[in-house]
Amino acid sequence: MIRAEVIVTLKDGILDPEGKTITGALGGVGIEGIKEIGTGKYFHIQLSTNNLEKARSSTEAVCEKLLSNPVIEKYTYKIIEE
Amino acid sequence: MKIGVVVFPGSNCELDTQHVLQNLLGQEVKMLWHQQRDLDGSDVIILPGGFSYGDYLRTGAIARFSPIMESVIEFAAKGKPVLGICNGFQILMECGLLPGALVTNGSLKFISDDVIVKVEAGNSIYTSKYDHSQLLKMPIAHIGGSFFADDDTLAEIESDDRVAFRYCDAEGNANSESNPNASIGNIAGIYNKKGNVLGLMPHPERASESVLGSTDGLGLFESLILSN
Repeated sequence: MIRAEVIVTLKDGILDPEGKTITGALGGVGIEGIKEIGTGKYFHIQLSTNNLEKARSSTEAVCEKLLSNPVIEKYTYKIIEE
Repeated sequence: MKIGVVVFPGSNCELDTQHVLQNLLGQEVKMLWHQQRDLDGSDVIILPGGFSYGDYLRTGAIARFSPIMESVIEFAAKGKPVLGICNGFQILMECGLLPGALVTNGSLKFISDDVIVKVEAGNSIYTSKYDHSQLLKMPIAHIGGSFFADDDTLAEIESDDRVAFRYCDAEGNANSESNPNASIGNIAGIYNKKGNVLGLMPHPERASESVLGSTDGLGLFESLILSN
């Protein structure tokens, strides 16, 4: 069985107001050593193929066409065989 | 004139839009369900405001794959008028009919308020009833309406005179104080290259009767009717 994990984040330079707000709360949390926190989206995908190449191309296609908006977002993914 | 208003699951401004066009301006309005492909002989297509598909994933991201959108894209390619208001604007960007993207407001807050916008590109099919630089009072109601485009795209939109409306103050100054959602260039609405597709975040259909506090939005629909 093959599954994929996708993380979509905002491109550099795009304002991440949620991340900024979380970063702003760090002082109140009392944890030191953190410079900045950014946000993103996580997707887990169950592939219906056992072919690694096909799994990769389907995952890339869904990232490009649906899961991310290339104007503002970038993505990374991992293919996992189980 | 026959106007098709597309209804997605989660649209909520379709009846306001129909009311203005039908009851105030005497036009024939057809509601078009997003699952159909037939535009029912419409002369104009309007994508209304709302929260299609609950704004899941990104605003407009799922609605743009509805069967009707293929027909809307073909319709726009023929130079026919397509107007997207608020969520409709977001859908037009997701499907590539308009450039750029709409992201979460800089304040992270949902804003429901009257704003003032300046008519930038005069004499389009949507603005012939307005004067150039006329100030219009219209409401906005969104959390994801901050206009973004990369530098090259922005330069192209500006040099092609494709900014339709810009947020400004009562004196017409477009600056950070008069920018409700941190939109780049105070941009509230843009045209495609041909000028037949317009998307805007403010709601002209909610500013078309004096009882609602402003009639400044009516001119947009009147312009559109005149152009047909």
